[in-house]
Amino acid sequence: MDKQRRKFLKIAGATALAGISAPVVVQLSSSPVLASAAKAAADSHNAEGHGTTEAPSGVRLGMLIDMRKLYGRPDLLDKATTACHKVHNVPEIDSSKNEIKWIWKTPFENAFIDQSSYHASQTTKDNDYLVLCNHCDEPPCVRVCPTKATFKLKKNGIVAMDYHRCIGCRFCMMGCPYGARSFNWMDPRPYIKEYNAQFATRMRGVVEKCNFCSERLALGLEPACLEAVKEVGAIVFGDLNDPNSEIRQILDQQHTIQRNPSLGTKPSVFYIV
Amino acid sequence: MYNKGTIIPGLIIFVLFVTFPLWFNAFSTASTVPKTELPPGGEKECVAPLDEMRASHMVILNEWRDDVLRDGDRVSVTVAGKEYRKGLQMACMECHTNKEKFCDSCHEYVSVTPYCWDCHLSPTLAATKKETH
Repeated sequence: MDKQRRKFLKIAGATALAGISAPVVVQLSSSPVLASAAKAAADSHNAEGHGTTEAPSGVRLGMLIDMRKLYGRPDLLDKATTACHKVHNVPEIDSSKNEIKWIWKTPFENAFIDQSSYHASQTTKDNDYLVLCNHCDEPPCVRVCPTKATFKLKKNGIVAMDYHRCIGCRFCMMGCPYGARSFNWMDPRPYIKEYNAQFATRMRGVVEKCNFCSERLALGLEPACLEAVKEVGAIVFGDLNDPNSEIRQILDQQHTIQRNPSLGTKPSVFYIV
Repeated sequence: MYNKGTIIPGLIIFVLFVTFPLWFNAFSTASTVPKTELPPGGEKECVAPLDEMRASHMVILNEWRDDVLRDGDRVSVTVAGKEYRKGLQMACMECHTNKEKFCDSCHEYVSVTPYCWDCHLSPTLAATKKETH
């Protein structure tokens, strides 16, 4: 009995010692790996910091909104919204909690929250800004969707939605830093003023957002919002990866800003303010 | 046999009760097979032959849905010289303008409730709120 107890204590002691020293051993043996991993992280940080160019591959549709042409014209902002909402059967619900919006106007400090609005110009204070889904290159909404109801179209970079798959969990609304998504808390049909027979409505319990007018592009038409403000030519739409496209020509010449670029979502909607 | 007077009538009632669906449907008009009609516009051709459309229109619709939404392939389908855009509202209902006759009559008969119309607009419904100007 005594002998057995002595043996047990020895084994227990050895095990405890091994257990305590294990983290140290692991750390010592893996420190070169850790060091190289840290270096790789630093490299990638330098390489992919915001403001650097994105991989120019394939078609990536984008939009440029020249706000200078829309200052003092809130009627045009409303016209763009109305045009979009009409072709897409978007309901008009007069309640900020239930409203559905694909494209809307908002003050500068809401649109560009990481830009300082301290001592902002009178123009900036007086005007609203046209905002919509940014069709990001790194869309957080797509990452969080559990059913792949929202996804990035490989052929043109549009962040699309398949309403047949949406289960209404609203993760994407949490994910989107731009508030570009709206949830149908109720049957939208009673709130639609005019039906566009070429487009479907949505049902209660799904999330919806701007689709960059995919259905119009297929017919060779331009996005509805662009068409609505055509008289001043404030919106330009095209392939960001095509160096000869109109939008690229302007992007190459003018200083543009994006909404919250520091989040790393790489928006495809650009603004001249 | 004991209790002949109750067992035999009981059996007859039982058999009649069990076969109720058979003889009821044989005499009632509730379950007549719906008669199909050609679209009011007089179109004779569809995107696929009649039998194929009857048997697997839902498969075609699902394929179109996946093409259009998931692959962004909105290229229209041309059959016998006529161009059809992929879509329930844009292709099917263009000719078959009466959803109640074209869709509902058979779906009700076979007791299926597809959820198409939760979102998609039937021509009749779309016409209720039509552009006025």
